[in-house]
Parts: sequence; structure tokens; C-alpha cells
Amino acid sequence: MRYDLIIVGGGPAGLSAAARAQELGINCVLLESSPALANTIQRYQKGKHVMAEPSVVPLRSDLEFNAGTREAVLDAWQSGMTGLDVDIRYGSEVVGISGQRPSFEVSLGSGETLQSEAVVLSIGLQGNPRKLGVDGENASFVQYTLDDPDEYSSETIVVVGAGDAAIENAIALARSNKVIIVNRSGEFARAKEGNLNLITRAIEDGAITCFFNTEVSSIEPGAAINLNTETGETRVECNRVIARIGAVPPRRFVESCGIEFPNEDPTTLPELSNQYESNVPGLYVIGALGGYPLIKQAMNQGYEVVEFLQGNDIRPADHGILEEKFRPLPFGLDVDGTLAMIRERIPLFADVNGLVLRELVLASDLLMPKSGDVIFRENDYTNSFMTILAGDVTIEAGGGKTFTLSPGQFFGEMSLLSGRRRSATARAGDGCVVLESPRRDIVRLMSTYEAVRTIVDRLFIERSLRAGLAPDALPGDLEATAARAELRRYKSGEALFSQDEEPDGLHLIRSGSVSVSRRIGGRDIVMSYVAAGNYVGEMALVGQARRSATVQATVNTESVFLSREVFDEMLLRETGLRERMQETVARRVSENLRMEAAPEAGDLISFLMEQGLGEATDVLLIDESLCIGCDNCELACAETHGGTSRLDRAAGPSYAQVHVPTSCRHCEDPHCMTDCPPDAIRRAPNGEVYIQESCIGCGNCERNCPYGVIQMASQKRPATGLMSWLLTGRGDAPGERPPIDANSAAKQAVKCDMCKDLRGGPACVRACPTGAALRMSPAEFVNLTKRAS
Amino acid sequence: MHESILAYRHRRYLWLALAVVAASIAGYWWHDPQEPPNGGTVFGYTLGTIGAFLIGWLTWFGIRKRRYSSTLGTVQGWLSAHVYLGLTLIVVVLLHSGFQFGWNVHTLAFVIMVLVIASGLFGVYAYMKYPERMSLNRGGAPRSELVDQLEEIDRRSLRVAEQLGPEFHEFVASGVQRTQLGATLWDRIRGRDRSQVLLRSGGATSVVSNKGQEAALDWVAEQQSRAGDAETQAAIGELSALIRNKRRLLKQLGEDLKLQAIVEIWLYAHVPLTAALLAALTVHIVTVFLYW
Ligand SMILES: Cc1cc2nc3c(=O)[nH]c(=O)nc-3n(C[C@H](O)[C@H](O)[C@H](O)COP(=O)(O)OP(=O)(O)OC[C@H]3O[C@@H](n4cnc5c(N)ncnc54)[C@H](O)[C@@H]3O)c2cc1C
Ligand code: HEM
Ligand code: HEM
Ligand code: SF4
Ligand code: SF4
Repeated sequence: MRYDLIIVGGGPAGLSAAARAQELGINCVLLESSPALANTIQRYQKGKHVMAEPSVVPLRSDLEFNAGTREAVLDAWQSGMTGLDVDIRYGSEVVGISGQRPSFEVSLGSGETLQSEAVVLSIGLQGNPRKLGVDGENASFVQYTLDDPDEYSSETIVVVGAGDAAIENAIALARSNKVIIVNRSGEFARAKEGNLNLITRAIEDGAITCFFNTEVSSIEPGAAINLNTETGETRVECNRVIARIGAVPPRRFVESCGIEFPNEDPTTLPELSNQYESNVPGLYVIGALGGYPLIKQAMNQGYEVVEFLQGNDIRPADHGILEEKFRPLPFGLDVDGTLAMIRERIPLFADVNGLVLRELVLASDLLMPKSGDVIFRENDYTNSFMTILAGDVTIEAGGGKTFTLSPGQFFGEMSLLSGRRRSATARAGDGCVVLESPRRDIVRLMSTYEAVRTIVDRLFIERSLRAGLAPDALPGDLEATAARAELRRYKSGEALFSQDEEPDGLHLIRSGSVSVSRRIGGRDIVMSYVAAGNYVGEMALVGQARRSATVQATVNTESVFLSREVFDEMLLRETGLRERMQETVARRVSENLRMEAAPEAGDLISFLMEQGLGEATDVLLIDESLCIGCDNCELACAETHGGTSRLDRAAGPSYAQVHVPTSCRHCEDPHCMTDCPPDAIRRAPNGEVYIQESCIGCGNCERNCPYGVIQMASQKRPATGLMSWLLTGRGDAPGERPPIDANSAAKQAVKCDMCKDLRGGPACVRACPTGAALRMSPAEFVNLTKRAS
Repeated sequence: MHESILAYRHRRYLWLALAVVAASIAGYWWHDPQEPPNGGTVFGYTLGTIGAFLIGWLTWFGIRKRRYSSTLGTVQGWLSAHVYLGLTLIVVVLLHSGFQFGWNVHTLAFVIMVLVIASGLFGVYAYMKYPERMSLNRGGAPRSELVDQLEEIDRRSLRVAEQLGPEFHEFVASGVQRTQLGATLWDRIRGRDRSQVLLRSGGATSVVSNKGQEAALDWVAEQQSRAGDAETQAAIGELSALIRNKRRLLKQLGEDLKLQAIVEIWLYAHVPLTAALLAALTVHIVTVFLYW
């Protein structure tokens, strides 16, 4: 068959594109690999409340989309598609696309090929389930997903896989079926702790049979599976095989179509034109695959791409928003003119693709501070990135040093990269216009464009050398030194250097933190914890000796490394540097002596570091010698935050009567921010990592936080009066408010916001009757050790 | 860093309380009424009023404690003040009454007040002493983890018992089912282990106390002495080790529940007595005005 247009992938992006094409009378087919439309949405939890973010962007599609339950959203699309009579082919996985405009060849898993003039690729990022890769993998009783485990009973079911999905399916199915789980390795190493316990227990109890170190060798059509076990081949008769062995990320497939990616980083997106066209003429990429992680964006792009294809140069849906954003600017330019000017004035953005730049500007704020206004203040915790469009900005570093930046330059990268407080105050000059971009967008830009990363890194090194080592250095000297410095990355637990080694250079910790320990009497004793922004390794260099201690990353850490030669040159060149270094050495030596005398204090520090507190900025610690277990802290948290406590006081380990409850530590580089589609997680000036209203409840942050402090919670009933409860018992007791609607699955992520909106600070601490609860930053841990020793 | 309620802010409320006490005593000393000192003199009225306000304010603590967004001090500061100023009441009210006690509602109010204060004192003692003991007893693990461990042991014992045959399984299962620790507040305070187990001898069954898993261990030991082959011996040995582990955990948990209960129990006296005090005090004040 030959079409004008083939759309691959029937998610929100593809559906909207197909609907538009149908309206415009284009001869088009939509190919969807799963048996129903919008597989990603089908896979949401039943009843999930789907949100229509970003709320400011209007919807532009022939299909409807309103916030509502998953079912309502899917129904609306289904009936829209039926009404328009769009040609959709389900169960049609596309396995290859070749050619370019005007003749593409699209091949399907079934072996069939289709021809078209143009192709829109909208396959999202979820990837397709990995197949078993053996004979019979597509047999009718073999499935790769499981929607409702309660659908099956009294069957013999073989579950293949060892991840969380496989375990969860196996456990759920075992309630009313005979379940056999097949694990390629000898343990369930990839599973979450909770699931690991469940499956281990189920296997021990005989509720589930497990074949360890076993591969599937083939599937027989007569409903049996052949396994290659440790002890030889086994044949298992079964009613059903469910394989949960992960998904194949779409990147390989996309590359096979000829689309190029700028680098190997898995988060990188393909390069696209303003009209979503890839480097292959006639092959378009939209939706999540193109880097737009929300449904509404995907649908708008589906509409737009078809218009572009028809040669209609319509304005993107967000045009109006940009227009509003640019209106107050003094440049007198239209939207495209302003965007062009931004690219022209800011060398960092010179090679950034138009679409990406547009998205960046859309997410950014344009600041027009009055002359003398503070843009950010030293010690603020904000992490946005600033580029100057017009006017000057003065940076006032500590010690009365100032320097001036002019249009085209950027600042704010120090906090962005290190997660630390602002190291200087930025003040606006005359006629200043500054573009303030959120961290996420800059991080994404840096991972996509090598050139951007290099420029930002280079300047970061230069500026941190100035801040940390050589405040009076001449710019030229520093530039040369920076060029010879090296960025090094260490995994949590990895050593930067070890005791008794020959010193090779100096490390300036750029992000993360390290612990310093010495081996004394056959035992490693932790001496101290060094946070980002400080240097380590100076002792041996200044004293010309061997390393006196081992320095290890407590969390994933990056350092700026200066080799011995480079550092020695700096020592010679910069007056006062040697004296400052010697001062630091003297201070550290005396601190070490104190710690050596009290090894318990070091043990407490290493306990705290093991809890991941090396990357914390502010953590709740409980003194168990004072805590009476009344949970007033939790009640206070719940009552000041819509009825849901964000901390679990009793959970978590303790050491030397210091208890680390399950509660957010406001990480320097918050893991929870990594993959939030609406970019709802932000950092406030005082360091609070908080979640905005725009959360769509996808649960990514809950999974990404390594400390388990984020919950998905539904809204609770508003508080009733305290007096009436106290005197008459009517209304809800503090902390016991029921959800407004127990059946609703509308949940959003909630976590500690350090009570940033409350006068008086954290309610948990203020509500503790005995003074056991206390918040502190890692720099204050030393005070705890004074007690421990 | 972490500061106890007694040490709070250099004991500022202790000094305030001492000042109140000193002023009351000095006043009592200097005041020279025409009649023997009692609540009806000018000074008596003054102290009585101060006492009444103090009691009202001490009661208000129960409300401040639950006003979670209040920025009026911290709950810890309030409690520190509550404790020290609450204690001054003894002196203030004694001097107010001029030591004129009798069998009347006035004295009743005083007695209740002393009980409230006594329970409060015990509370402070418990708050200062027990948390550390609880923490040491739990050895750094949260209570839920101890409970998890207990469940794990039960599961494993059941599995071993299953291998050993229906007799063992029935016995162990009954022991697991009838493990009972701290079901009531009183049990918790006393640290009572009300666990039981089902014993079968001949055709008859009886439920006996399994306190400290003693009965279970005895039974298992008996079976072990009778067991023939080495394999059964070993399995019974494993079972017995598991039950001993359970005994240790139960003890640890019992202690934890006990300490936690003691830390809370006195409030069950403190709060109702406060209500009684407020009632008696109201009567006292009303009657003195009626008989005036
Ligand atoms: C749990 C969760 C909750 C979310 N909640 C929200 C929310 O409330 N609001 C919101 O705006 N966004 C939400 N999102 C994000 C949203 O789901 C995505 O942004 C959106 O689905 C992207 O649409 P898409 O069309 O680009 O890709 P997808 O929706 O992923 O669609 C891709 C389609 O292509 C098909 N396909 C893949 N490969 C092939 C192939 N080779 N051949 C043929 N077909 C193929 C797939 O089966 C799928 O149907 C959520 C995401 C998750 C994971
Ligand atoms: C507004 C506060 C108060 C007022 C106006 C008040 C008034 C009085 C008066 C007038 C008397 C003397 C009665 C008499 O001689 O017959 C008295 C006695 C007494 N009051 Fe109070 N009082 C107050 C608060 C308190 C408080 C808080 C307590 C303690 C709980 C208390 C305990 C007593 C006692 C024990 C006596 C001695 C009883 C007696 O004389 O037989 N009073 N009070
Ligand atoms: C007549 C005097 C007193 C009155 C009326 C009084 C009243 C109260 C009230 C109403 C509460 C709140 C209980 C709750 O809601 O949980 C309370 C708590 C408390 N009181 Fe008193 N009290 C008095 C004296 C004292 C004294 C003298 C002490 C100590 C020496 C004391 C120690 C405490 C303690 C430790 C608490 C518990 C705080 C907590 O855990 O939240 N009280 N008291
Ligand atoms: S939610 Fe988790 S990852 Fe995010 S800041 Fe808090 S502790 Fe760190
Ligand atoms: S805050 Fe969490 S749940 Fe909400 S949208 Fe972001 S990642 Fe998803």
C-alpha cells in the first residue's frame, strides 16, 4: 500500500497527528504496535487521574483532552478516532523505516511493507517489551504485559524475569494460580527490597516455585515451555507464559531509521528542525521521543506537524505565551526576532537548535531588574542559570571582590553544578535584561550539546579556582590553569586517593562530598567530612610527604583535579596561596588529632555518611535519648500540610542514639528532580526542595528518591476545629483526617518542604515537646560528635 | 545541640520559677494581716489569683501543643516553662491557704492539684530516664524491625515444624497463634507475656501458659530426647534455636512496649486530674465568693 503519510506510534502525539491528517483529507495510516490506542496511558494505574499540564498552554488538537481519569481520557480519544474514521492498524509493530522524502518504506513485524511520502515517528520513550527471543515467543499463550492478575485463576503460569514487574506479577498471580518463576541468575538482585522479601518468602513457603540460573530454551505450541536449568533441560506444561524481561529502549530503532543523536548519553534527544523534522528529510519526530514529556505537548505537536507537512507555516501553540513573555522587553522585536536576538547575543546558545532554544526560553523567566537590584544573594540556595541579554551584572564575591559581566555572558553555573549555596551576590546594572533558566533545561542542554558543556565546565573551573584558591589571580593565568585542570567523577564509595600514596595533585570538590579517614591500629577512623566547594589533598602537597589519609566519595562526586605540576606553578605564582594552604593544613591537623582521640565520633560520622547524608543540605535528626515516641512531630507535619505527614519518625536506623528518620534531606543534587515531566520539583532560596502544584502524579520522583521519602497522596479532608475535638470529641483528631474521596485515585507526590511557607520554620521541630527533633546541615554534624565522644 | 526540657535555654524558667517562689515567700513574710494568714486576706487573694491563672495557663498547654502552626514559642519551651512554673504552684497555693486545711472543697482542690503535680513530676522523670533505655534496648533498630524479625522467626519455625510432621506443626502453629504480648495497657506496664500453647497428651488437649516460650522449649527438648535419627535431631535442634531466638526477641519487644507504656501512662492521670482540678477550683472560687 502507498500512503501520503504514515504515522508510527498511536500515543497522544500520534493520535492527534492522525486526527489532523484525516481532517485535512490526507491519505494516511496510523500504525500502533499494541492492541489498543495509547499504550503508555493504558498502562497507567486504573483510575489514575490524568492531568493536563502545562496549564498555560492551550490544547490544539482535533481530539479532546481534559484532566480526568485515565478511562475518561482514553474513551474520549477512542470515540474521537471512531468519529473521524481514522485508519488505525493495531498490533502492527514497525521494525524498520528506510528511505527519505518522497519515498519511504516502512516494514512491519509481520513482514509486510508499506510505502509513503512522509513518516511521523511518535513512539514515545517507553520502548516495547523485550521478547523472549526463542522459538514460539509469539505463541498465543505467551504475553509480555499483565493488566489484571485477578483475571486468571486455577492456571499454571510461568513468569519469566527477575525484576520488580516479574515479582509483582508472580506474587499477585500466586493468590489463585500455580506460579513458576524463571530467573536467569541465582538471585533477585535487581528487585526492590520489599519485593525481594516477598519473593524470597513465597519461594521458601512453597507458594511459588523458582528456577534459578535458568534460561528459556523454547516454547511449544501445545502450551509448554522448555527450560535450560542448572541440572539440564526441563519441560513444563503450563496454561500461560508471562515474560517481564524489561523494555527495549527505542533509541537503537530510531538510529536504524537514519536519525542521528549528538552523543552516546542515553538522555540525549535527536536533533530536530523548527518543524520537528529530523536529519532524514521527510521523517518527523514528535512527542516524548522528541523530548516533550507531557500529553498536551505531544498532542499539540501532532496537530502542528501535519500542518507543517501541508506547508502551512502555523505558529506553535505556545506562540501567545512567548509573546506575553517578550512584551515588556525593551527591544521592540516580535517573537521570532527576539528568539533570533537571544541566539545572536549569547554565544553559548549559538549552535543550539531552534526548537530546543524555544523550549528553553519558554521555561525561563525574563528578568528586568532595576539598577542596583539583587538578582540572587550570596548563600541563597537557588540553582537557576542566568544569561545576560542586555546591561551589566556585578558579581560581588566574598572579601569585597567584585567583577562585572556584560551581555552574552552567563552566571549562576556554580550552584547549578555543585548544588551548593550561591557563592556570590549578583547585582543588576543599568538596563539589565537577564534570562533565568531552570536547572533541568540547562542540564539537558549540557547533556545534548558537547560544546555547551565544555564552555560551562571551563568557566566553572576557572571561577571555582578563583573562589577556592586564588582570589587575586590575573584572568589570563587562571584561564591557562583551568585549561589544564581535569574534571574527575567518582562513584559513591570510590577513593580519590589513599593513605601512603605519593601525592599526584589537588582536588577541588565540585559536587557531592568526601570523607577523610585514616587507618590507625588496623581500623579505619573517619576524621572528617568535606563538602563541595572545598579542596582536599593539600596536606601532602604542601608538606611534600605521602598521603596521610584516604579520601573517599560519600556519594557520587565530581572534582576539579589539579596535577602536582599545575598546583606547584600556582603556588609559586599566587602570593598568599601557600600561607592559606598552610593555615588549612594546621586547622585540619588539629581537628584530626581530636578525632583520633575519639574514634566513636568518627564512627558516628561514618554512620551518618552511610545514610547518604553526605549529599544532604538539611536533615532531620532525632536524639533518641530524648525522644519519647509521641509522634507529635508527625502530627505537626500532617496538620500543617493538608493532613499527610511527610516524615516517618520511627522508621530508619540509629547509631549512638542519633536516629535518622525517613524524611527528606534536601539533597544538593536532588535525585527526585531527575525525571519529572512537568518539572514540578524545584529548589527554593533557602534550599528547600519542594513540589509545585503542577505535579501530574506520575510517581517518577517516588521511584527516583533513594531515601524513600516521597509518597503519592490523595487530598485529605480539611481540618476541623481543634477546640470542638478536644472538648466534645467531634471532628477529626490531629493527623487522622480521612481522604476527601476514598475511591479517587487522584494522587500527587508529597514531600517535606521544610515548612517554607510557615512562619517560624519547620513544624516538626517546633512541635517536639522534648527537644529531641532537630534539623541540621552536614557541616554541623561535628557538633554531634562532640557529644558522642 | 540537643537540649533537654530541664536544661532548656540555660534553665531560664527555673530561674523564673525561683523568682516567683522567692517573691511569694517574701510577701508572706512581710504581709501582716489582722487575722491569721489565709486565702481571705489581700495577700491571700493575690496569691490565689496568681495560682488560678497559673493553672489556667498550665492547662492551655494541652491546646498549644496541638496548635501546630503557632509561632508563639516552641512546644519544648512551653513544656520547660510548664514544668518549672507548675512546681511553683505548691508554694504559691500553700501560702495562699495560710496552711488552713480542713475537710472541705478548698482542701480537695489543693489535694487534686498536688496529685496533678506529682503525676507531672513522674512524667518528667520518665521523659528524662526512659528514652535512653528504650533506645539501648532496641539496639538501633526501629520497633517495626523487631516485629518483622519475630514474624520471620515464626515463619521459619513453621517450616521446620512442617518437615517434622503434623504433631510438631500443630504445636508450633498454636504457639505462633497464641503469642500475646502487651495486649492491654496493664500487660504492657507489667511486661506480661500472656503467650500460650496447645499441649496434647494422649487424646486430651490443654492450653498452657507459654510465658517466655518456656513451655515450648520444654516440649521441644522432650521431643529431642526421644527423637531417633540424626536428621530429626538436627531439625528439632534448629527449631529449638529458633524458639530461643524468639524468646530473646519477645523479651526485647516486651521491654520496649513496657518502657513506651510507662512514658505514656502517667498522662492518663495527669489529664483527667487536670479536669477534676478545674472543676474543684471552680467550686472553691464560687463558694468563697458566696460565703463572703
Ligand atoms: C505513570 C505515568 C503517569 C503520567 N501522567 C501524566 C499526566 O497525568 N499528564 C501528562 O500530561 N502526562 C503524563 N505522563 C507522561 C505522558 O504519558 C507522556 O508524555 C505521553 O504518553 C507521551 O506521548 P507520546 O505520544 O509521545 O508517546 P507514548 O504515549 O509513549 O505513545 C507511544 C505509542 O507508540 C507505540 N509504539 C512504540 N513503538 C512502536 C513501534 N515500533 N511500532 C508501532 N508502535 C509503536 C506504543 O505502543 C505507544 O502506544 C505520565 C507518564 C507516566 C509514565
Ligand atoms: C481566683 C483565685 C482564688 C480565690 C479568689 C481564692 C479565695 C480564697 C479565699 C477567700 C479563701 C479563704 C476561705 C476561708 O477562709 O474560708 C481561700 C482559701 C483556700 N484556698 Fe483559695 N482562692 C483562689 C484560688 C485557689 C487555688 C488555685 C487553690 C488551690 C488549688 C486554692 C486553695 C485554697 C485552700 C486550700 C484554702 C484554705 C481552705 C480553708 O481556709 O479552709 N485557692 N481561697
Ligand atoms: C496543676 C498543674 C498542672 C496542670 C493543670 C497541668 C496540665 C497539663 C496538661 C493539660 C497537659 C497536656 C496533656 C496533653 O494534652 O497531652 C500537661 C502535660 C504535661 N505536664 Fe502538666 N500540668 C500541671 C503541672 C505539671 C507539673 C508540675 C509538671 C512537671 C513537674 C507537669 C509536667 C507535664 C508534662 C511532662 C506534660 C507532657 C507534655 C507532653 O508530652 O506533651 N505538669 N499538663
Ligand atoms: S526527595 Fe529524596 S532525592 Fe529529593 S531531595 Fe529529598 S531526599 Fe533527596
Ligand atoms: S513531582 Fe513526581 S509525581 Fe509529580 S510529576 Fe514530578 S516526578 Fe511525577
